[in-house]
Amino acid sequence: MLRLLASILLCTAALAVAQESAPQPVLRWAADPDSNAPYTFYDSSNKLTGFEYEIINAIAKRMGRKAEFVQNDWDGLIPGLGRGMYDVVICGIEITPDKAGEVLFSNPYYVTFEQLVDRKGTPPITSLDQLSGKQIGTLDQTAALAMLEKTPGVEAKTYDEEINAYQDTANGRLFGVLLDYPIAKYYAAPNPNLQFSGPPFGQIVYGIAIKKGNTQLQQELNAALQQVIESGEMRDILSRWGLWTPTVAGAFGQPEEPSLPDTSYKAFVASHSEHASLSTKIQQYWNYWPLLLNAAILTIEISLVGMALAIAVGFTLALMRVFGPWPLRWLATLYIEIVRGTPLLIQLLFIFYGLSQLGTVLGHPELNIKLSPFIAGVLGLGLNYAAYEAENYRAGLLAIPKGQMEAARALGMTHFQGLRFVVIPQSFRLVLPPVTNDFISLLKDSSLVSMVTLVELTGAYQRIATQTFDFFGPGILVAIIYLLIGLPFVRLARYTEQTLAVDQRRPGQKPGIVPGFIKIGKASPR
Amino acid sequence: MFQKMYPTTRMENSSEPLLSVHGLHKSFDDNPILKGVSLDVEKGDLVSIIGPSGCGKSTFLRCMNFLEIPDAGKISIAGVEIDCQGLEDAPPRDLKEKAHKLRQQVGMVFQQFNLFPHKTILENVMLAPMVVRGVPREDAEKNGLRLLEKVGLGALADRYPAQMSGGQQQRAGIARALAMNPQVMLYDEPTSALDPELVDEVLKVMKDLDNEGMTQIVVTHEMRFARDASDYIVFMEKGHIVEISDEDEIFQNPKDERTRQFLKRFI
Repeated sequence: MLRLLASILLCTAALAVAQESAPQPVLRWAADPDSNAPYTFYDSSNKLTGFEYEIINAIAKRMGRKAEFVQNDWDGLIPGLGRGMYDVVICGIEITPDKAGEVLFSNPYYVTFEQLVDRKGTPPITSLDQLSGKQIGTLDQTAALAMLEKTPGVEAKTYDEEINAYQDTANGRLFGVLLDYPIAKYYAAPNPNLQFSGPPFGQIVYGIAIKKGNTQLQQELNAALQQVIESGEMRDILSRWGLWTPTVAGAFGQPEEPSLPDTSYKAFVASHSEHASLSTKIQQYWNYWPLLLNAAILTIEISLVGMALAIAVGFTLALMRVFGPWPLRWLATLYIEIVRGTPLLIQLLFIFYGLSQLGTVLGHPELNIKLSPFIAGVLGLGLNYAAYEAENYRAGLLAIPKGQMEAARALGMTHFQGLRFVVIPQSFRLVLPPVTNDFISLLKDSSLVSMVTLVELTGAYQRIATQTFDFFGPGILVAIIYLLIGLPFVRLARYTEQTLAVDQRRPGQKPGIVPGFIKIGKASPR
Repeated sequence: MFQKMYPTTRMENSSEPLLSVHGLHKSFDDNPILKGVSLDVEKGDLVSIIGPSGCGKSTFLRCMNFLEIPDAGKISIAGVEIDCQGLEDAPPRDLKEKAHKLRQQVGMVFQQFNLFPHKTILENVMLAPMVVRGVPREDAEKNGLRLLEKVGLGALADRYPAQMSGGQQQRAGIARALAMNPQVMLYDEPTSALDPELVDEVLKVMKDLDNEGMTQIVVTHEMRFARDASDYIVFMEKGHIVEISDEDEIFQNPKDERTRQFLKRFI
């Protein structure tokens, strides 16, 4: 099977005409380092490492290129390749006929199998059929999932993070987990409550993904990969990570025994013990403060810029809806209904990935809109919240008594002047509380931009939690940071609201000490 | 269209009237409110319009500064003449221009005051001259203070509307309208929303203005004021002016039976 695939790929490579120009000095490679040990991940001192990390660096070195890492979310890895964000993806991607249609693959750099893990003391499983009627965890878009789905009676549950699947097995929510051997070795083997069960299931072949059509890069990669394997460097790397198995030795035609002790594996297990003392953990958290600080700053930036956009667009929409002629009114209503009726996550993914394929869909690839993750994140949040803001402002504008505009008109002001000097300033104070609420929601919804590769607070939490196997401490830490970010804005809004609450202030009273200022709406007539 | 004949002008001979309305019609959703109203007002007159609820007196007043667009009829105020026939279908810019011209001549005081609650009363008075006429802030402020003095609110210039009594608010409303130097002041039930003890301070301001020669038209339920201060009284019913009369005459000896019925409650 492996040989067959490899030869098919080689044939395609030979047939295609080289299109790319002179080789670039850098090789931009992408992976999702979150919850991704031992492939490519951040170690406990927040440095990038992993067996794929070492393999791609060895390959780049032999290609005469500088390896440059680009981080992306797992779901976005292949689309990002199409967007030209990087040259290759190496992230435990299995070579399957499905995927071979979307991208080019290098020759295999690792061959392994699916490993079943269940709770300690469970009678051994010898075939997948024995799993009928049981809940088995795995990851989405994996060969393991495909295998489980083909087995009758098995209830497959997909997880975003492998660590969660193993934890659910340890605490009895799942019968077991079926995942690639390297994952099982790193996430399950160190856990005393779990055991490996049954024989190797299936065969999995990892390849490096390359943008479709770039056959020259494919040939260069394969040549360099060949050298890494033949020189024994591959055996060294995989031995240190404890991943030199008979399966992979057989595939490469090399001796079965490891060439080096598994030092990298041992180091990983030592640093990820769940039973670390509290002081060790606090020490660990402390190491993450630069990551958390950057993440917090990014969260604030995205939220502020996103909110500014939401306010500007929302205000325009509200004016269109309240005062515009019918076509504008209709357009604004349509926008609001569509945006409010669809999930923000879909909008974000569409803006980031969908728009980058817009031109291709239309047959004019030059029309593809490739937005940076930050711009896409801000646009997604801003345009989504604009719909909610528009409704706030509309309510605010409609809440101002008609007599106000009449008085302005009677004094000779135009409609626009009446809006600008009389109606809008009054509705501003009215909408301040709901707008503050929306900002706090937006701050929390900014966690979704981690889906378009930005490591803001939630992204940072996932990274830390999956590196330390600790969802508890970092969870509280990140929650506190969100609270701390939100508080000053709530305070500021309250202060502004009090300052503006002039129609409820008694003579001589200073702003900021108005009792009962929260009451909105018309002041009761005296 | 058939038009009933009603007395439309004052009896005595006079020069050109400052305000002249002729044959004014207005319907809301095919429901006729004004059915051909005509009225001439001389400069310096104080005219009270009385009549039962729904008789069209407020609509009539609001037509005179185009807060309602009349369906037909002619309005002429201080040299600005407008033929309202088919105006509602006219290009918006025409209508805007005409309304703007008219409003330059007319000040309006509302039953609910309609002061701008987010501004001090001085700012309320200063806003329109600055925004509409481009008057510099200093001049607007000087003039605003002068007007607030005049209505007895000089000391409260930096208060917000919500910090004042209804009577004070209505006086500020009058000052705000005066700031645009109108030729005619229109009052839409200016004391109806006030506690009884606050009514007199507002009426006093209006009497003072009358003494200064301001032309004023007041829609009111204050029969005492109508009687004491008006030069004459207009009685409206069902979209028509039924009777125009000297103030004493209408109370002592109403000519029309409908006037008599209406006034019975007050005499």
